Order: sequence, then structure tokens, then C-alpha cells
Amino acid sequence: MSYFLGADVGSVSTNLVLIDADNKVKEALYLRTKGQPMQAIQKGIKMLRTRIGLKAQIMGVGTTGSARQLAATLLGADVIKNEITAHAVAASRLYPQVRTILEIGGQDSKIIILRDGIVVDFAMNTVCAAGTGSFLDQQAARLGLPIGEFASLAVKADNPVRIAGRCSVFAESDMIHKQQLGHSLPDIVAGLCQAMVRNYLNNIGKNKRILGPILFQGGVAANPGIHRAFENELGQEITIPEHFSVMGALGAAYLAQEKVGLTAKPTHFRGLEMAESSFQAGSFDCSGCANNCEIIRIKQNEEILAQWGDRCGKWSGNIGKEEDNKAAGHK
Amino acid sequence: MKVTFPHMGNVWIIIKTLFEMLNVEVIVPPLTSKKTLDLGTKISPESACLPFKINLGNYIEAAQEGADTIAITGGIGPCRFGYYGELQRQILKDAGYSYEAVILEPPDGSIPGLLKRIRYLAGNHNSWGRIMKTIYFAYQKSVAIDRVEDLIHAARPRLENKPATELLYQKALASLVSVTSYRGLEEVVRSVQQEIAERQAVQNYQSGSGSDPLRIGIVGEIYTILDPFSSADIEKQLGFLGAEVDRSIYLSGWVGKHVFQGLAKGYRSMKSYPRLAKPYLGHFVGGHGQETVGSAVKFAQKGYDGIIQILPLTCMPEIVAAGILPRIQEACNIPVMTLTVDEHTGNAGIQTRLEAFVDLLERSNCLRKKVPKELVSLERMC
Repeated sequence: MSYFLGADVGSVSTNLVLIDADNKVKEALYLRTKGQPMQAIQKGIKMLRTRIGLKAQIMGVGTTGSARQLAATLLGADVIKNEITAHAVAASRLYPQVRTILEIGGQDSKIIILRDGIVVDFAMNTVCAAGTGSFLDQQAARLGLPIGEFASLAVKADNPVRIAGRCSVFAESDMIHKQQLGHSLPDIVAGLCQAMVRNYLNNIGKNKRILGPILFQGGVAANPGIHRAFENELGQEITIPEHFSVMGALGAAYLAQEKVGLTAKPTHFRGLEMAESSFQAGSFDCSGCANNCEIIRIKQNEEILAQWGDRCGKWSGNIGKEEDNKAAGHK
Repeated sequence: MKVTFPHMGNVWIIIKTLFEMLNVEVIVPPLTSKKTLDLGTKISPESACLPFKINLGNYIEAAQEGADTIAITGGIGPCRFGYYGELQRQILKDAGYSYEAVILEPPDGSIPGLLKRIRYLAGNHNSWGRIMKTIYFAYQKSVAIDRVEDLIHAARPRLENKPATELLYQKALASLVSVTSYRGLEEVVRSVQQEIAERQAVQNYQSGSGSDPLRIGIVGEIYTILDPFSSADIEKQLGFLGAEVDRSIYLSGWVGKHVFQGLAKGYRSMKSYPRLAKPYLGHFVGGHGQETVGSAVKFAQKGYDGIIQILPLTCMPEIVAAGILPRIQEACNIPVMTLTVDEHTGNAGIQTRLEAFVDLLERSNCLRKKVPKELVSLERMC
């Protein structure tokens, strides 16, 4: 069998998706990144390998997410895309009629507006992470609940309390205050969901014409409380796609398929054995000029796979064996 | 007296020329870096805008090199910038840097007051005729810089060897720093033009002429669009992503409007902006809010593919403009994206948005099956 691989490596989760020749999702993995993206990617590949067997062939690889460059280096990607495009591609492939995508992930939230299958506008949270998955995670941990249980609590609420959702720090103190007053936990959690949705629509959704059909995706779509709050606030039905938590990775897989199909070149994939390779990441400050760029360097054994972070291109254009770099005058 | 001034993109080249040709000792602050911003942020009010913080950082770094006098423009009610000079002087004094600040603005609209300040900076050894001649030369240098920038904007998406294009740009700027004759200015611009044309010819010969790049108009607050450090080098990034950029404000246009009161029109005049803005914003809102709206209309009318607005967090005039841009987006059917920058802005976040924006423009262009336009010749620019 042959597949296309999509990888979305974000702050909270590392997602891998395999699609087969008929564009069907064969495997979808949702793993926690836990601050170690390289290990998470290798672990994911290992898991995929046990499921599909070593004989399976990967025809193309796409990466996205905040660690897309790192993931691309490790895997040998054919296409590297930003999260917004990846999410939009996945959604419009599965639901060609979609006109609005609400996406809430670990540390970012975005809204994507499409018309006739084309992205016409988007927005992403800028200076504030209030109302993203990390905050929900943090609150669940504070209450000592697994995130899944925390999410389903909101549905049991009779009378959601009003929580200040403008800022996550104030939201937390407001929640504690409401607890101390004696409100029930489901009411508080439901109130938090409503506050998050209000905050999202005021910040990200500002000046955007939110028209149906609407899709809600990203890890937070697993939370029925948020889903319901969105439906109430927007006054229409909101669809959650089957693979809501891995839509970015799915988009990356579609993009890889597009790219490989267009150029008809063989994939750059390093092979399923990459799970066993040892990669080293390091960084150093370049002292070549006043910019003092921080350079990231990824090595496999003694070979430099990639370098980035420079503004001038002196390092990123120079990969290969370390000796070669020395010969070229770099230390 | 050792004069210094705040950085704003390539402005330093012009101010350095101005003072040096008048034989006034001038200290150019070290180019703005992360360290500059850290120094400035430490002593700035938290809600001041990014330019304010960078200014202070520049002054501190210049003080370490011996500067004792700040020359800064002011103004009556452009935005909060009007009182930055005095405020910064006081903050610097509290922080232990005793600077003298010469604020070039006509207080109460009095021209003699302004002239007195210019005379103070220029010293007694310069005649008024000489001062005026030098200011005019500096202005012509700003026109030359704008022309070079424009050529580079066109070259970035078209030439394949990106680092070589950047090198060409840096070399041109370096030679503009020391030029002291009108002929020298013309020569630098011409050599850049020629170099680009030659490279393009070689490239066309080898791989055929490429497709037409996307065109993106950059509008917004003057400091952040002129200063690559504060906009995370957005023009370069977009160039690398294959887009040709143009911006609403060029240095010489601003100088022409404010220093010569419209008598010199600059390389890109800003004159049409208020008229174009009128249907959306009929009056001055401080800063360049009205210009942002007007230039967005101009870019839309000229058939640009998209518009990006850049503003420093808490910038009131641009917040007003940002509220109006969605109406232009709708009326002119052109994608608009607003980027807010401050000292916490990460390059990764801007990069993601720029990539997504370029994807948006590319995908919609290619799905609309636009007929490819004629390859824009670089000569039309000059």
C-alpha cells in the first residue's frame, strides 16, 4: 500500500495522518508534544510503522504547525505549509460548501473565511492566548480533572455563571471566586465555555462575516461545552468534522499529494527507519553582524541537516557535512 | 555638541549626510537590534508604542558613544509623537542620561522659533543659504534611497539568487551614505538598475521569463512601515515569498510634505490620499490614519492583489483606520490583513501570517485563472 503522510506539530499536540490513494484517512494519531517535538515525531512514526508495516510506502510528506520546519527536517518533507492554509485545505476538501472555519488549538485560535472554496480572509489571535486549549488544560489540572471529564461537565450545567473571559488570568480568579461562593462545578465550567466563545468572537471574529456552513475544528472541538456555546452565540448549527483534532495534519497530507502529483518528483521522505535515527538539536548566537541572530542547527550524527534563524541566509543556505562548513569559512 | 537622532529604517543615511555636510558632529546610534529594544523597553511606559521604545534604546546606545544632544521632529497634534521629544528627554534624565533635546517643530505655529532651533543645531559657521542647500541635497538623497528601495522591491520576487539581491541593496545603501554630489546619487541608482536588468536578462536567458509576481500594498503607521526592524522585515519576507511590495509612505514623500510643505513632492507624493480616503474617512484623525485609508483605496484601484496594514500596538490613528479597512475590503473586493507589532512580537507569528496571506492570494488567483499580465519591465520604475 502507498500513503501520503501529513504531520502537524504544534505546541500541545503532534498529529500524524496517513491518507491512502482514495483520499481516505487510513491512520490518524493525536499525541502530546510535551515540549519535545523531535521525540514526539519519532514516537508517532514508530506507532504508524507498527500499524501499517514496514512494506508500506510513503509517497509524499507535508508538514505544518509551529514546528513545521523542524518536522520537515526530521521527516524530509515535500511541502511545508502554515497552519492556516493546511486547515483550510482539509476543510474545503471534506466540505466543499464550508464558508467559515472556527479553529481552536493549543496556543492559537483562528478563524478562516472561505467563499466558493477559496480562502478570502483569516485572523489569528495576536497578543493574547486567552481562550485557547492550553488554558482549558490548565484549568482542568487545577480542578484535578482529566481534560475529557472537564469537557463533558459543561453539558450538565443548568445555570451557567458569568465568567470574565477577557483575560485568562482574570478568568481564573473569577472562577475561583465563583467556586468560593458555592456555585456548582458544571455551572462554572459552562460559564467558562461561554466566556471563551465570547472572547473568541470579539477578538478573532471581529469584523468577520460568519456565514454557514460552519466547521469547528482543532483540539478544543472535543469540548461539547464550547461547541454548544458557539451554536448558541451564532444561532446556527455547527459541524464538527470526524477528524477535527488532526485537520491540520490532514491538510498537510493533501498538500503533499497535490505537490507530488504536480511535480511528479520522488519524495524526500527519510523513510520509516527515521524513528530510530538519533537527531541532535542545538543553537548558538551568530556574531557575524549586529543582528546577533540565534541559529538553530539540527544534526544527524555529524551531518548538518538544517540550520535556520538567520536573517541573512549565511547559515540556512549552508548544510551538509560539518567539515564542509569549516572549509567554507564558517566556524 | 554631539548630535544624535532616533533610527527609522534608512533615515539615518539622510540625517548623517545633513549634519556632516554642515560640519556638525553627529553620532549615528548603533543600528537597532534586540538589545536596543530591551534597553528602551526597560525605561518606557508599558503602553507607549513600539517606536517610542526603540527611540529610547537608540538614545541610550548613542549616549554610550558620547552623544549629548538629540534632534527630533515634533509637531502639533500628529499623534502622541508630538510630545515624544520632551517626554523622552525627561525619562532619559531620570534614568541618568542628561541629554539636551532640540525638537524641530514650530511651537504655536511660530516659524522664527523653528528657525532658531535649526540655527542652534547648525551652529554659527553656516549661512542660511548653505543650510537650505544642504537640506535640499539631503532631500534629494532621500529620493535616491526611495528609488533604490523600489527597484529592490521589484527585484526580490523576480531574481532567483535572493542573497545576491540583498547584497546589492546593502552595497547601494553603503555607497549612498558617502555620496555628496547629485551626480553621485544618480550614478548609484543607475548602477542598481543596470545590475538588476543584467541579472534578469541572464536569468531569462537560462530559464525563460517567470510568471508575474503578486503585488501587495503595505499601508499603516509611518515608523513601522519604514523601519524593517519593527516590522520583522516584512518587505524582505514578502519578497522571498514571491510578492512585489509597494508602500503607502516613502521617506521623500513625507519629507516633501512636512519639511517643504508640499513644495517638493517627493518620489511618491502622498497628496492624493486624503481625497481617496474621503468616502470612508473625511477628516484628519491624527498620525497617518487618513493616509492609510486613502492609500488602501489607491492600491485597490491600481489592481493590487492584497493589502497589509502594520501598526504599533496602542496606535490610535491606525486603530481608527483598521476599523475602516474592512469596508474597503468589501467594497473593492481586495483582501486586507492587519498586523499589530510591539516588543513581544515574534517573527514566527508574523511569518505564519505572511505565508498564509500569500497563499490566500496565490490560491485565489490561480483558481480564478487570471490571464497572466505582461512581464513588468524594471525600466518603468525610473
